[in-house]
Amino acid sequence: MIAIVDYGVGNLFSLKSSFAAVGAEAIVTGDAAVLRAADKILLPGVGAFGDAADKLRATGLDKVVVEQAKAGKPLLGICLGMQLLFEKGYEYGEHEGLGLVPGSVKPIADVIPAGLKIPHIGWNGLIFKRESPLFRNIKNGDCVYFVHSFFAADCGESVIATAEYGAELTAAVQNGNVFGCQFHPEKSGEVGLNILRAFCEMEVGV
Amino acid sequence: MITKRIIPCLDVRDGRVVKGVNFEGLSDVNSPVELAKYYSDNGADELVFYDITASSDGRRLFTDILTETARNVFIPLTVGGGINTVDDFDRVLKCGADKVSVNSGAIRNPQLIFEAAKRYGDQCVVLSADVKRVDGVFRVFAKGGRENTGMEAIEWIKKGVSLGAGEIVVNSIDTDGVKGGFDLEMLEAVCAAVSVPVIASGGAGCIDDFTTLFQTLPGVDAGLAASIFHFGEVKIPDLKAALKTQNIPVREVL
Repeated sequence: MIAIVDYGVGNLFSLKSSFAAVGAEAIVTGDAAVLRAADKILLPGVGAFGDAADKLRATGLDKVVVEQAKAGKPLLGICLGMQLLFEKGYEYGEHEGLGLVPGSVKPIADVIPAGLKIPHIGWNGLIFKRESPLFRNIKNGDCVYFVHSFFAADCGESVIATAEYGAELTAAVQNGNVFGCQFHPEKSGEVGLNILRAFCEMEVGV
Repeated sequence: MITKRIIPCLDVRDGRVVKGVNFEGLSDVNSPVELAKYYSDNGADELVFYDITASSDGRRLFTDILTETARNVFIPLTVGGGINTVDDFDRVLKCGADKVSVNSGAIRNPQLIFEAAKRYGDQCVVLSADVKRVDGVFRVFAKGGRENTGMEAIEWIKKGVSLGAGEIVVNSIDTDGVKGGFDLEMLEAVCAAVSVPVIASGGAGCIDDFTTLFQTLPGVDAGLAASIFHFGEVKIPDLKAALKTQNIPVREVL
């Protein structure tokens, strides 16, 4: 069973539907006991970093997510949920993230040439940086759907894919059993479903 | 590299697609769910559902079919038509829409854009403008293109962006239905005025019209059309193959 963390941020209908489409049982939950009982945890998120981090902490689920990830349970963060995995976020000030992946979240505007539109929105090709079980069902160059104005910087070896948008922006990361996708697999057609399938197929303690 | 998006638009009334379509493998040509799935399987990058229902019963049917579509189709869904309040945003986002398109509702109350962007983010708010030349000036029309608001279109679009619209759909009434190509002059003026994604609508008649659009105006991010897709005059896999041969980046159809 996959637990989708419900901390009052965003709409989880499409995520839940996409797991159903790949034949996985997913439960939207704000219950720590359900997160602990789950095989895998999915951390969603939309909106601003600080606001989402505060909401997650207010539920107390941040500690459960960190504890479960450190115990080896596969964790996947999506979009802002991915950004929360890092140490810090610099969206409207400086905010603490979960610190599960090294790096910090910064404005795209800092690294791309002037004239390119922000947000980075639309379908862009993945550039694989290293092998990852998350990509076992897809290939280098496959397009996925992005909507974001901030990106994960200084993540070193944990970057498993980037996307080219005036600069190479971090598209996906892996730090052991902790995974993150900046794009929306639940809105990325068959490629996105194949990424979710790969996550569902993972064994605990990868 | 970011790809150019191809977006079919479905007009839905009382839960049914208005213009029936005859595709091989479609058992119910008026089913929005089936048609959406067909387009998604054939390489559409995004879908627009436009609700042209007048009655509240019809509106309920629309949200039902939207929910059913979002359960089965995993590409971005934009919903427009009858969006007048933030509650209307809430209603369609809960059913699985990713973006909401405002038109007449925002003309009546521009603060709708600001309120919705504040709550759901700029990326969620699409400003759709029906624009027509009147004595050589681009004017915004309301109520499905029937009523001249008197507003100058570029100023209105700039205002919409400053209020928080994250994307603009420019529908040229002058070229709509003519099938003689997109309104390049109008689109160029919009691209020069705003720095958010611009979606071209109105006038596509054949594959070459999309090629011309993206080659002439690199600032245009997407092409939207309805009947040429619905009647099979342009097939999306053929369109994408043609764009690719012209080195226009597109998402490959799996």
